[in-house]
Amino acid sequence: MSAIETPRDTLTPKIGMWLFLFTEMLLFGGLFIVYTVYRYKNATAFHLAAEELSVFVGTFNTIILLISSATVAMSITAIQKNNKRLSVGLLCITIVLGLAFLVNKYFEWGEHLREQIFPGSHELALRGHGDVLFYGLYYFMTGLHALHIIVGLVLIVIITISVAKEKINAESFVFLENGGLYWHLVDLIWIFLFPLFYLIT
Amino acid sequence: MENEKNHIIPYKTFLIILAVLITLTVISVTLTQISLGTLTVAIALLIASVKSAYVLLYFMHLKFESRFISFATLGVILLLAVVIILTLLDYLNR
Repeated sequence: MSAIETPRDTLTPKIGMWLFLFTEMLLFGGLFIVYTVYRYKNATAFHLAAEELSVFVGTFNTIILLISSATVAMSITAIQKNNKRLSVGLLCITIVLGLAFLVNKYFEWGEHLREQIFPGSHELALRGHGDVLFYGLYYFMTGLHALHIIVGLVLIVIITISVAKEKINAESFVFLENGGLYWHLVDLIWIFLFPLFYLIT
Repeated sequence: MENEKNHIIPYKTFLIILAVLITLTVISVTLTQISLGTLTVAIALLIASVKSAYVLLYFMHLKFESRFISFATLGVILLLAVVIILTLLDYLNR
């Protein structure tokens, strides 16, 4: 917190952040294995269920996340160039885009819920075992991802305030870099979630 | 370790990478909409891997960071690959 006076070491906090990101990669990696095995065992059901997801909304959300990743990355360049206003502006764009992603997710899930498709529902049970597995994984994996978006947004809000208050500045911005790393990881996970659930039908 | 000075990446680099990533997304969506059978899975995952490489190298600064982090990341990716391949070998040969 008050590392401003101490000699600057940016590598150690970044290594710490990366170690944490590795555990996140393994967490989602494990889920991808579960998905792959279930898909292999219930190929037809997964194929038909995946066709019900809206490719348009999925693509739209992918592009939103990609742009938000770029704005975080650019906000680091801005702070390095001592351009506080641009850095805050770019971070605000990121927050808006992250919220837009969540709003899309809300409507997407709302659509399924209106059709009575959710884990444990009677309607889903009637469709058979494969659909239960597909939607179980769909809700869990996109839900866990959305949870990461929410955490990332909270982090970026804190970072934006710190930049505005000049607690994060051109001399010391490793917190911004680490928050950015987290946001990029969330983007990275979506890059794999999107084709697996929306595209491969 | 020898170069602790922070590397400033120009805005333009990020905008180019963003354009590449969006183009790859559009290509991936268009290709998978045309039915290509089993190839679809391979193409979608290949494009996703290329995209993630760009995110890791540029957005996550691995290209400009200490080699140590790159090697560690590579190690985690290899570990995941080995686990996925072993699991699949098991399931496909039952």
